[in-house]
Amino acid sequence: MSPGSLLDLESLNRTEIETILTRARFFQPLPKQSYKRFETLRGKMIVNLFFEASTRTRVSFEIAARRLGAETVSIAAQTSSTSKGESLVDTLNTLVAMRPDAIVMRHSASGAPHFLSRHLQIPIVNAGDGTHEHPTQGLLDALTIMDRRMDRESPLEGIRVAIIGDIAHSRVARSNVHLLSRFGADIVLCGPPSLLPRELEHLAPGVRLAYDLPEAIRDADVIMMLRVQLERQHEAPMAAGEYFRFYGLRLEHLALAKPDVIVMHPGPINRGRELSSEVADSQRSVILNQVENGVAVRMAVLERIWA
Amino acid sequence: MNSLLITGGRVIDPASGGDAIADVLIRDGRIESIGTGLNATDVTVLHAEGAIVAPGFIDMHVHLREPGFEHAETIESGAKAAAAGGFTTICCMPNTQPINDSATVTSYIVQRAREIAKVNVFPIGAITKGSLGVELAAIGSMREAGIVAISDDGRPVMNARVMRRAMELARALDILVIDHCEDLDLSAGGDMHEGIQSVRLGLHGIPSAAEDVMVARDLLLAELTGARYHVAHLSTSNAVTMVAFAKTRGLPVTCEVTPHHFAITDEELSGYDSNYKMKPPLRCRHDAEAVIEGIVNGTVDAIATDHAPHPGSEKMQEFERCPFGITGLETAIGLSLAELVHKDKIGLMRFVELFTTGPANVLKLDRGTLAPGAPADVTVFDLNSEWTYDVQQSYSKSRNSPFHGRRFRGGPLATIVGGKIAWTKD
Repeated sequence: MSPGSLLDLESLNRTEIETILTRARFFQPLPKQSYKRFETLRGKMIVNLFFEASTRTRVSFEIAARRLGAETVSIAAQTSSTSKGESLVDTLNTLVAMRPDAIVMRHSASGAPHFLSRHLQIPIVNAGDGTHEHPTQGLLDALTIMDRRMDRESPLEGIRVAIIGDIAHSRVARSNVHLLSRFGADIVLCGPPSLLPRELEHLAPGVRLAYDLPEAIRDADVIMMLRVQLERQHEAPMAAGEYFRFYGLRLEHLALAKPDVIVMHPGPINRGRELSSEVADSQRSVILNQVENGVAVRMAVLERIWA
Repeated sequence: MNSLLITGGRVIDPASGGDAIADVLIRDGRIESIGTGLNATDVTVLHAEGAIVAPGFIDMHVHLREPGFEHAETIESGAKAAAAGGFTTICCMPNTQPINDSATVTSYIVQRAREIAKVNVFPIGAITKGSLGVELAAIGSMREAGIVAISDDGRPVMNARVMRRAMELARALDILVIDHCEDLDLSAGGDMHEGIQSVRLGLHGIPSAAEDVMVARDLLLAELTGARYHVAHLSTSNAVTMVAFAKTRGLPVTCEVTPHHFAITDEELSGYDSNYKMKPPLRCRHDAEAVIEGIVNGTVDAIATDHAPHPGSEKMQEFERCPFGITGLETAIGLSLAELVHKDKIGLMRFVELFTTGPANVLKLDRGTLAPGAPADVTVFDLNSEWTYDVQQSYSKSRNSPFHGRRFRGGPLATIVGGKIAWTKD
């Protein structure tokens, strides 16, 4: 693995995570201002290689790179040579021969960036690998929670976070669990049984499982809703139409949580499928703050490559 | 006169229970005599002082890829790897292209092996035509052409009725039925053992139950039909228990385990290295311990490698896209010594048995013994030489082993097949 790579949060320690978050906070813009422009990465060429459709993450990485003065090329791999049968390693070798300075990649296979990092001498930032991890999402979620709790010395210590939905297939959940656990959060994972394997309880310290939504969000400081990812499921977890009834977040649920609870979602949201429109638009929702923080976090992660 | 004298080794022969320093005299491809101070004129001498001299090791589960996938392995290259791994006899699974489901394919393999293979090669025929699980293959003709067992390895017969009919026929023909036990519905989409590691890595899991369900079904069908039935590469705690139970009930049921299933677990699967991807998948520690316990208590009949070569181009991919299987012929003795003998789980007699009389009895082969008159297949190995496995030096055409760079203590020194030296170390 080349130094500066970010493949997952599980392998980062608390100090490494804090360093990134502190730097991200430095990049956060003042209200109603745009992100400041830096020249730190002037002359660097960063390739965004997205083997899976993505708008927000790709644009967020692009903006982050450009705000740091780097040049970027974004490739949607469906339109590239992989559709002609070229292997992943060959595609990457071809790109690397053009001497970019770093690769940001998203891929539908868990571990694809880990596999490549064993064979290529170039920094790789994981922008989401299959159902494994999405490290920059975990970081921006932490930053968003901390923004609301700046009055506390350790804003993540002891907070109760409920993560609801398709945990089994969620890279966002895994990255969040690893990060939040490092900082001593209480984490409740909740979903229908086939999307909530029992082994998850042993993923990190401080994790417990619940199959009942009201139980999961009782006294929660943070509720993270996950997208129902039909494209990753082999079979329906429960009868059609029952999902929203049992696992969809509605306004009346919020009364069970702490009064200042925040509702998060990695997007894109499915209104009426995993959360109601009213919740998505409520004062408790910080979904757009997450998107905003994505740029700051990705600036910190890209800058870190050459730190 | 074609004679070979193996001198001064510790001769271990489970068939007779013999364990003593002795010489072994081989003449015309057969064991002539065993004793001390043997002398003969006009013989080739192989010094085995300080080493173990055992009946030729038998690997009843390998994939030779010929015909059809010669870029991965050939009968010739696979046989060389077998010889270098201390094996004198290998049985090759039928999942070639075409599938070995007819006497024509069987005869081709037998003929080709006779021409070119350094070790004995006995084919295993398909249970069903094309291993599609629908119609029975030409089992009777294949038997006449030389198969020693039937199996749809890798594509298990899901239809219990078809399996029942196959077992009934197998019983009448007195041929062994080997099953790769995997419920394909339960394992669908899985890439590794289902457990905390699969959840952590975000890979789809294959539950132990996918194997257990099939073992249970097969044992019931074996009871119903009276067929000789063998579980291939058994890997779970429950399967060990069920086979042991079937044996206590007197059923003609046997099983094999692979070195990788008792030497490593899913905990070692990190970095998404496809050389750790095979079926059954590397299980958890509990399962690996149960497999070793099965070896210790006699439930397990044989150690087999499930040598499954795949070329680099197929293994150099995203984990979930890579084919299942690893090579194993050259590391089997080293791994088994390390995990079983050096850790004092079993003695040398039992160790040798697992590679000789064990599989020979399962398959009803007239091999696996040093009795005078037996085919002169001999494996010479030692317990203490230090060596490191370098997969780049492998005789196999493929390189997909998770044991590259692993240090071993003890391993094969010489392999004698039909009285001829097929391989010696250095």
